[in-house]
Amino acid sequence: MEHQLILRVVARLLIPLILLFALYVQFHGDYGPGGGFQAGVIFAAGFILHALIFGLERSRQVLPPARLPGLAALGVLLYTLTGVAGILGGGLWLDYGVLLPEPVAAQHLGIMLVEIGVGLTVASTMLLLFHVFARP
Amino acid sequence: MMSSAPLLVNTALLLLLAVTALAVSQERKLFSSIMLMSIFSLLCATLFLCLDAVDVALTEAAVGVGIATLLFLSTLSRTACRKQATPRLRALALPAVGACGALLLHGLSDMPAFGDPQAPVHTVLSPRYLSGTGSEIGMDNAVTAILASYRGHDTLGEVVVIFTALIAVLVLSGQGTGQRRETDPGRLQQEHESEEPWNIS
Repeated sequence: MEHQLILRVVARLLIPLILLFALYVQFHGDYGPGGGFQAGVIFAAGFILHALIFGLERSRQVLPPARLPGLAALGVLLYTLTGVAGILGGGLWLDYGVLLPEPVAAQHLGIMLVEIGVGLTVASTMLLLFHVFARP
Repeated sequence: MMSSAPLLVNTALLLLLAVTALAVSQERKLFSSIMLMSIFSLLCATLFLCLDAVDVALTEAAVGVGIATLLFLSTLSRTACRKQATPRLRALALPAVGACGALLLHGLSDMPAFGDPQAPVHTVLSPRYLSGTGSEIGMDNAVTAILASYRGHDTLGEVVVIFTALIAVLVLSGQGTGQRRETDPGRLQQEHESEEPWNIS
């Protein structure tokens, strides 16, 4: 798809907007529809669009797939550590209420950390699955 | 009772869903199958939207229509483009499907009726979560509060499932075995022939 001028121009405009929308879905999930899972998928879709239009090689230079398994593990780790932090803070497993003095703010913090973990794992998993199956 | 307009929309969507599912099962060209599956997911997403399940609709639209279609297409580029004719075992298939269907129907007879306000989920669980979301979590989206806080352990399980699936795909595709390649001379040579710039080693 090296010579598809219209696709390249439109993709150049769209990809930043898709990534921005993914961040919106990620961090606005507390108030509107969305959350880590949806945001991760949209984020991966942005990078897959980049790979489809500009080629796999260039996309692998932008975000090397060798980093992706680590990112996926980091997401699970972040989620688990948030749960362990609840225990260390004197509460139960995955009890966010003890993370901050103010319980409601602590719930917001815990949910945000957990959702970032979900987003990281989902985005890197989807992207890596695409790289495994895609033929250069 | 449902008013007539939502009933009409729901019936039309469910009919289209059934027609698309039948078309997928009958289609022999895999490319058309994938496109039909994508349409099936889009119809599902619309149906979820009609049921006021916005979060599920967003997920279905992103995963079912977007990523799943892409993954199917990229897999298709590595395989044949037509489905092989499978030997037909009609004599066995019909009783098997009938027995499974009868079991499912028997299981359904225990369930509360669709939308029954007296169902336990609407009298015990939902009010607890909906009343708690405002005061305990301080959030507008009850779905996020339930998924990430009340049911945080379930969601952790889902994330681990996704992570496990990733590991399984990497191992099965032979791209997560960087350690073994260094000790095995036969595979080391193979690695030089098809060197991928992103092996995990």
